[in-house]
Amino acid sequence: MNVQFKIWRGDASGGKFREYATEVSEGMVVLDAVHDIQRTQANDLACRWNCKAGKCGSCSAEVNGMPKLMCMTRMSDLPLDRPITIEPMKAFPIVKDLITDVSWNFRVKQKIKKFKPRPPDAPDGTWRMQQEDIDRVQEFRKCIECFLCQDVCHVLRDHQMHDRFIGPRFLIYAAALEMHPLDTENRVAELREAHGIGYCNITKCCTKVCPEEIEITDNGIIPLKERVVDEFYDPLGWLWRTGKRKREP
Amino acid sequence: MADYETFQHDVLVIGAGGAGLRAAIEASAAGVSVGLICKSLLGKAHTVMAEGGIAAALANVDERDNWKVHFADTVRGGQYVNQWRMAELHAKEAPDRVRELEAWGAVFDRTKDGRILQRNFGGHKYPRLAHVGDRTGLEMIRTLQDHGVHQGIDVHMERTILTLLKQSGRVVGALGYDRERGRFLVFRAKAIVLATGGIGRAYKITSNSWEYTGDGHALAYVAGAELIDMEFVQFHPTGMVWPPSVCGILVTEGVRGEGGILTNKDGRRFMFDSIPENYRAQTADNEEEGWRYCQGDKDARRPPELLTRDHIARCIVREIKEGRGSPHGGVFLDIAWIKKKIPNAAEHIKKKLPSMYHQFKQLADIDITEQPMEVGPTTHYVMGGIRVDSDTQMSRLPGLFAAGECAAGINGANRLGGNSLSDLLVFGKRAGEFAAQFAKENQLGDINGNEIENVAHEALRPFERSRGENPYMLQRDLQETMQDNVGIVRNEAEMTSQLEYLRKLWERASHVGVSGNREFNPGWHTALDLKNLLTVSEAVTRAALERKESRGAQFREDYPEKDARFANVNTIIWRGEDGRMNVRLDPLPEMPDYLKQVIEEMK
Ligand SMILES: Cc1cc2nc3c(=O)[nH]c(=O)nc-3n(C[C@H](O)[C@H](O)[C@H](O)COP(=O)(O)OP(=O)(O)OC[C@H]3O[C@@H](n4cnc5c(N)ncnc54)[C@H](O)[C@@H]3O)c2cc1C
Ligand code: SF4
Ligand code: SF4
Ligand code: FES
Repeated sequence: MNVQFKIWRGDASGGKFREYATEVSEGMVVLDAVHDIQRTQANDLACRWNCKAGKCGSCSAEVNGMPKLMCMTRMSDLPLDRPITIEPMKAFPIVKDLITDVSWNFRVKQKIKKFKPRPPDAPDGTWRMQQEDIDRVQEFRKCIECFLCQDVCHVLRDHQMHDRFIGPRFLIYAAALEMHPLDTENRVAELREAHGIGYCNITKCCTKVCPEEIEITDNGIIPLKERVVDEFYDPLGWLWRTGKRKREP
Repeated sequence: MADYETFQHDVLVIGAGGAGLRAAIEASAAGVSVGLICKSLLGKAHTVMAEGGIAAALANVDERDNWKVHFADTVRGGQYVNQWRMAELHAKEAPDRVRELEAWGAVFDRTKDGRILQRNFGGHKYPRLAHVGDRTGLEMIRTLQDHGVHQGIDVHMERTILTLLKQSGRVVGALGYDRERGRFLVFRAKAIVLATGGIGRAYKITSNSWEYTGDGHALAYVAGAELIDMEFVQFHPTGMVWPPSVCGILVTEGVRGEGGILTNKDGRRFMFDSIPENYRAQTADNEEEGWRYCQGDKDARRPPELLTRDHIARCIVREIKEGRGSPHGGVFLDIAWIKKKIPNAAEHIKKKLPSMYHQFKQLADIDITEQPMEVGPTTHYVMGGIRVDSDTQMSRLPGLFAAGECAAGINGANRLGGNSLSDLLVFGKRAGEFAAQFAKENQLGDINGNEIENVAHEALRPFERSRGENPYMLQRDLQETMQDNVGIVRNEAEMTSQLEYLRKLWERASHVGVSGNREFNPGWHTALDLKNLLTVSEAVTRAALERKESRGAQFREDYPEKDARFANVNTIIWRGEDGRMNVRLDPLPEMPDYLKQVIEEMK
């Protein structure tokens, strides 16, 4: 079946949707169509990809206005009787075509205090952790850094508060560190100040688009917010609780 | 020389997968300045896709495991043409490298007593793979990346190296371009580590991404280093076969490690029909025993689905060829059957193989907790690569090191699953350590402006031929012919004709044209990668012709048996003065008695 596409072409100085058409066969995903167009009609059409299996988080774009991994979006799930629009993420500066400058995310991550483990539990330098104590952390560590959650968060997308708010991706990154059973660092003050957790008003848009189905808000941001509030109003109680949490193996 | 932006590092690491990151961390910890370059964004290298696990004899699940067993398994799997010293170092050092990841924040799945859990994998005698569900590579690359960025490593993302620069026989830098603007960049360094990964894009059906064009192999070869074992290309037995657009995407061996079985259209577990002699003593001879093994029964032997990849891939090809395949030209891989054996099987499968569940559900409308998957072989990994010193990872070019998939020696004729991630850690660390040492003992060299001008000029030629041939079409023709002529089953006639065809492709490559401008132009990038793809394709073909026998991943229908004449040699590829590719056979280094004894004990 022949399907119409409107793909945004351009760079930082501007651009527009250009029309293409390509054959769509059984099982195809949006990224396949983009590759077909690139191969046969527009060799210089820029897009990122690596794994083609939802594992690397490279191919993020907005398909019919929805933030998606192009490699995991089946053509058969889209209405094919009208043109399919593909455009770059909105929360980051355009580089070219479907590619945005996501380097801000890498700079933000570097500002979050790194993992600092307690001394090893065993003489051979290893630790003991129970599976049920790490399930939550493992959930957050499934993140493939596609930055789709950053793309939809209104604090970044609409209000452009990139200098005051680290966004959902890095809130759950901080949560994964804070909830890591071995970690002894405390990131609560920064979360409240420099990382701007208070700007999140729990709209849950981030959770809805996460291709890894991480419960970003319920499991990550809300507990983190509670910690921040607890420590801020009740520093002693917090210290007691963290100590307890982190000492129990 | 035009005024190119120039960077200066003591150690330049080319490639930011597991091997490159681990090398960069080690070099930086040794106190030298480090630059790290990658073609994609940081954290997107192939390593992120690894699923099943990291092999290391931690002995957390089975206390009988130790480095000797791991060593013996590795060289048995490699059909004894591995570099013994690398296999030894790897087996001895992998456990420490894994524990180190935990100290840097990795969160592996746990045993009941709270230690790192290990799972079964093909060719490993005991459960040995440290893992996180089926996303181990993500855990590993993220841990290294997050640890590394706090160490002051300069990361150059989305930049591609085009050539290595030399001065009187030693490497002194590299020339590359940034993908975003298409500008040329000069990197000066005292030592360089190549960690560029594999060559899978030379084939049509592959689990590998666009990055795998054999850049490091070709860069090193052109600069004067040697390649070794290039005939050994691993075809993973289980790639997706349907729908066509996902053909080649990997289905982790972890599925079989968790009890998955291979069946043909008649429902027969065909792997029981062909257990090779040298594995017979270790392999279950009935289904019941195989299942007990997967459940952790230490008296049981492993099911034949956990034989080595080369063998299983060939058995699958046989089933398909003889008309016993699945509807879309594969065979069945069934994990849903464990429902008959354990309660809550569906939940268990989703927990241990979440991304496989997701991948099949989303891309193929298959629920793997209910239905079997259809699978067939896919080009996955290259055992061959840059020849390095086993201890230091230095190539024969002073100052040029290599680690990870682009280096060779540890795997011999066939790699065991899980041995790559551990290889990246063990030899990435060593490469970083010795590159740092080299950098401390040597000064920066001089860069030859003319050389740079020539390469830059050549790289821009495709823009002068906007009506020239489409680079994607050339790439496709290469992939299809390599698949057909130098694939799983090989013979002299097809490979000789492929050499002839490669000559034509080289000729066509000098006529490719690209449109548009230099800014983020994938057509141009594809045109530039062609040279590397052609170089490695030729190397694979020449080495495969030279090895007139079947061993490990190389199966020659004209020489279907192992041949003693090739039992103790490696193929070596190098570039002659005249620019032509040469091949020769070099004897393996003699294995010391204490290792021979280990092999004997583990028989
Ligand atoms: C789907 C899949 C699953 C796998 N599962 C497992 C598993 O469970 N266990 C296991 O042990 N192994 C597994 N493997 C194999 C293993 O993942 C790879 O062999 C390994 O990750 C390679 O790591 P590397 O560091 O050598 O290279 P990579 O991780 O591929 O990194 C290569 C780097 O080099 C860069 N690069 C390349 N060329 C250039 C250039 N010209 N200029 C600049 N930079 C360049 C790339 O951008 C990239 O950053 C799997 C492989 C695949 C594809
Ligand atoms: S829940 Fe918070 S972080 Fe998520 S999108 Fe809404 S405001 Fe942003
Ligand atoms: S949390 Fe989810 S949406 Fe956000 S970057 Fe990670 S994987 Fe993507
Ligand atoms: S290409 Fe890796 S997530 Fe889409």
